[in-house]
Amino acid sequence: MDEITNGGLPLGRPTLVCGGAGSGKTLLAASFLINGIVEFGEPGVLVTFEETAEELASDLASLGYDLGKLIEAGKLVVDYVRVERAEIEETGEYDLEGLFVRLEHAISSIGAKRIVLDTIESLFAGLSNPGILRAELRRLFRWLKDKGLTAVLTGERGEAALTRQGLEEYVSDAVILLDHRVRDQVSTRRLRIVKYRGSHHGTNEYPFLIDRDGLSVLPVTSLGLSHPALKDRVSTGVAQLDEMLSGRGYYRGSTVLLSGTAGTGKTSLAAHFVDAACRRGERCLYFLFEESPQQLVRNMRSIGIDLQQWVDRGLLQFLADRPSRFGLETHLAGMQRAVRTFKPSVTVADPVTNLLTVGTQSDVRSMLTRVIDYLKLEAITGLFTSLTPGTREFEETDAGISSLMDTWIVLTVAEQNRTRRRRLSVLKSRGMAHSQSVREYMLTDQGLQVLDEEPATRGGGKAAARV
Amino acid sequence: MQTQLNTVTPLSSSSETFLLRLYVAGQTPKCVRAFENLKRICEEYLAGNYHIEMVDLLQNPQLARGDQILAVPTLVRRLPEPIKKIIGDLSNTERVLVGLDLRPARRLNT
Repeated sequence: MDEITNGGLPLGRPTLVCGGAGSGKTLLAASFLINGIVEFGEPGVLVTFEETAEELASDLASLGYDLGKLIEAGKLVVDYVRVERAEIEETGEYDLEGLFVRLEHAISSIGAKRIVLDTIESLFAGLSNPGILRAELRRLFRWLKDKGLTAVLTGERGEAALTRQGLEEYVSDAVILLDHRVRDQVSTRRLRIVKYRGSHHGTNEYPFLIDRDGLSVLPVTSLGLSHPALKDRVSTGVAQLDEMLSGRGYYRGSTVLLSGTAGTGKTSLAAHFVDAACRRGERCLYFLFEESPQQLVRNMRSIGIDLQQWVDRGLLQFLADRPSRFGLETHLAGMQRAVRTFKPSVTVADPVTNLLTVGTQSDVRSMLTRVIDYLKLEAITGLFTSLTPGTREFEETDAGISSLMDTWIVLTVAEQNRTRRRRLSVLKSRGMAHSQSVREYMLTDQGLQVLDEEPATRGGGKAAARV
Repeated sequence: MQTQLNTVTPLSSSSETFLLRLYVAGQTPKCVRAFENLKRICEEYLAGNYHIEMVDLLQNPQLARGDQILAVPTLVRRLPEPIKKIIGDLSNTERVLVGLDLRPARRLNT
């Protein structure tokens, strides 16, 4: 969140958060307060106009925030302001000094630096004189600024304007718009900075998530292309393949695409890579979108790779999820979080093409871009496998994602002389003189073995027949 | 269930004392006016049958929370129940009477 606003919300100024029902306004506002308390030691006041303090506390508890503890510690005041039109008769002039007094009291009781008003528009429902209200709100925002409070106000999204009562007209410093939409039965929450005075902010829509860890925003493009290019190499786990990549394997922190039709051994090659990394004592994170970890471990054992030992030593972690379980954004956030907590030096996503079942090609591409950017920034080597449908030209199907990759290895299988022969070639590998040849390989119980170069590069039947 | 009064005579049918609390914030013209208006209305319609309590929120800010006070001045009828709130300087006597349940709302002509 701070990343996309280029440093966070404006200090000492009000920010308006608007969005439809259930778009996460309250949560965003609350996490702003709670973070302020927990991370920066800045006490905060939460003024709620819609929910009682108890309701709010229980809502936030389900998302991992413990309000009660903060209140006890004198870091947080929750004030529930109830406005019930039916109970109130209006006669003659009035002002909202009462509200000011309450705020002042709450703020000074804990020395608050941050305040949230959720949702101040409720006042319009409770009081019938909009003229007075508007004048008083203007005074309120002025007052908050004068006090140097960093404020977050929430507002329900209106038909024509950003908020129903045109609050944005008073809060002119920063406006954040939240949106919740469902496409193909998968819901995505998005956030956009509409306005931010005096800050260079991202204008894109950023997906964000609400889950058990609270709210997290995923920047789409803010990472830029400034990641370091490492000169280190990492072994592919197959000596002959290392050889094909100018003798030393992949670049560390680069991205590798393994594509091929079903049964070509993509996963086996990935397993070799993981095995080699773990042997060096590096940590690996393996995202499975098709098989279960147990299944994978069993299958790899059949080609002589024991992955279980690395799991037992805590070097290898599997994360298996059906792609259709969540939207792409959730997958992305889940992957980022896993990477952040596990801190691997190698990750594998197998197969990324399965994500296409939950998003369009361009969505998947944009998601992968973000994953890759993130991995590169952390100097993590990323290996992605891609399943090519048997009927189509692989180079066409993978075109969408292959341009994001530094190294692209293609695995094919073809029938020759009544046996199926597997071949691999390095289609591209940025920054190195890689082999141009197509090499035959076999999956044996000793693992994947690349055979010596065939005399004829186009692998004629005669040459292969000698094997 | 409320008694519908057709006259503007002092409320004699109820022996209950009106317990009124007027919230103000300092001696602003609005607040002073509200107090004067309240006093006049009470004398006229509730003579001897009311008790007014003034709360200055500038001195007792913590009291604003209890009665959910936002606007100033606010008049709260604490007794008889249910609690009623009237906000503003009480310059419209008719509305005040309606707010205090001393006058049925439908006869209001403002």
